[in-house]
Amino acid sequence: MAERERAALGARTGPLQVRAVVMDRDDVRRAVWRIAHEIVERNHGAQGLVLVGLQTGGAWVAAELGRVIEAVAGVQVPVGTLDVAYYRDDIRLRPVVPAAATEIPVEVDGAVVVLCDDVLFTGRTVRAALNALCDHGRPAAVQLAVMVDRGHRELPIRPDYVGKNLPTRRDEMVDVSDEGVVLGEVPPEVPATGAAPAPSGPASAVEGRGR
Amino acid sequence: MSQARHLLSVSDLGAEGIDEVLRLADTFAEVGRRPIPRVPALRGKTVVLGFFEDSTRTRMSFEAAAKRLSADVMSFSSSGSSLSKGESLRDTVCNLEAMGVDAFVVRHSCAGAPSQVAGWLSHASVVNAGDGAHEHPTQALLDCYTLSRERARRLGVHPPRPAVLAGLRIAIVGDIRHSRVARSCVAAFSTLGAEVTLVAPPTLLPASLAGWPVEVSHDLDAQLAKCDVVYVLRIQAERMKEQFLPSLREYTATYGLTVQRARLLGPSALVMHPGPVCRGVELAAEVADSPASVITTQVGNGVAVRMAVLYLLLGSGGSLGSGEAG
Repeated sequence: MAERERAALGARTGPLQVRAVVMDRDDVRRAVWRIAHEIVERNHGAQGLVLVGLQTGGAWVAAELGRVIEAVAGVQVPVGTLDVAYYRDDIRLRPVVPAAATEIPVEVDGAVVVLCDDVLFTGRTVRAALNALCDHGRPAAVQLAVMVDRGHRELPIRPDYVGKNLPTRRDEMVDVSDEGVVLGEVPPEVPATGAAPAPSGPASAVEGRGR
Repeated sequence: MSQARHLLSVSDLGAEGIDEVLRLADTFAEVGRRPIPRVPALRGKTVVLGFFEDSTRTRMSFEAAAKRLSADVMSFSSSGSSLSKGESLRDTVCNLEAMGVDAFVVRHSCAGAPSQVAGWLSHASVVNAGDGAHEHPTQALLDCYTLSRERARRLGVHPPRPAVLAGLRIAIVGDIRHSRVARSCVAAFSTLGAEVTLVAPPTLLPASLAGWPVEVSHDLDAQLAKCDVVYVLRIQAERMKEQFLPSLREYTATYGLTVQRARLLGPSALVMHPGPVCRGVELAAEVADSPASVITTQVGNGVAVRMAVLYLLLGSGGSLGSGEAG
């Protein structure tokens, strides 16, 4: 996701042309609060939970959810980060290098791990994350929380917690941060990244952007 | 970037390239700490270990690195191969490439052999794992990694960057003449801004030091007092075809890092050695096992650094040293 964004932005140098502001800062804050409550409700508390943000866009989502869950349930939930670069399925198609550190502060054996990301798109990042997570241990269960689900899934993956369902075109870009959610596009005169396979769109479209 | 397909000399990388390898090595060191220390990054790639000269540590380290990246590993040594039937090196590697090999890790007693091999191959990458007295780039990279991370850890500097090598005074002591490690390390350390001093008897220095970014000294005691790192080299008796030293005992007396000499080192000084160590000759056993020694850390870091090199060559679009991967 971070790599995909980098590859796409590297080729598309133009600024994001904003088409619509989908969520503002307060909307994002309320969505985080709702998801935090849903996580606590679904798991009958916050004991045994571990929040893992996918680098880089999901790191702030995990951190914010952790902060709110602590306020709501009175339990400090371990928060970690996971970079899935070495697990991606497009490694041989274009340069993929990790963007940030993997750091999971506790054993995941027997824990309920909530993977957190900013945008759910093709589902390939989540597939990579599931494989990466299983090399860290055997969680009791894995759940998925995303700020925006923009559709166009290419794998059978479904989120458990969603900030907003946002129908998009494949070539649109969704920019997510704790400041808000913006839907837009990058001027089409710059071609998509040369390393991407020509027929399929996903490698040329940005899933999301962290802070 | 034709050079980007191979790693033949540490000079091909430049400061940015070294920094990129070191940054990736951090992520692979984290992989090494996991319950299952393996990533699927190089699934389906085949790495051949072509060691035409004896090696334990380097071969095992490359093998571990390739396996932790999920690559297939094939080993090759000159004894027991068709080389002993008279097949040329060129035919040997071209035949192997025809079987679908993605990378050759080559060690050879002749300087320049990996570069020759690289010229014969049409698509596979070559990693120099030591050629004669020429270069041993991955050793230099793992030394830069060890040095920057150990210095950063001991001084509490965060985040560790190669910049912690800037201005560092490094004394490389011993058989410089026959050492490929010295040649690669001098290039890498000075690229990252360290000040390198070679300490050796005149017979164990190269015939010419023209173009080497180094100082030279014959007084180890004086250097120990002012250096931040002392990098000790083995006496490579197997490569010595003439009498370079009166005796090993005399060498130890004047250039060995003995217990008494080690007391001259500053409190934060580090002792390094590329191995294999001849205890009691160039380095006293007590010093090799002291807290100042990072020799086993060097070996441990070797796997992560070699993973980074293999990944950059085979996994990330072949952009080693081109800066593209950053």
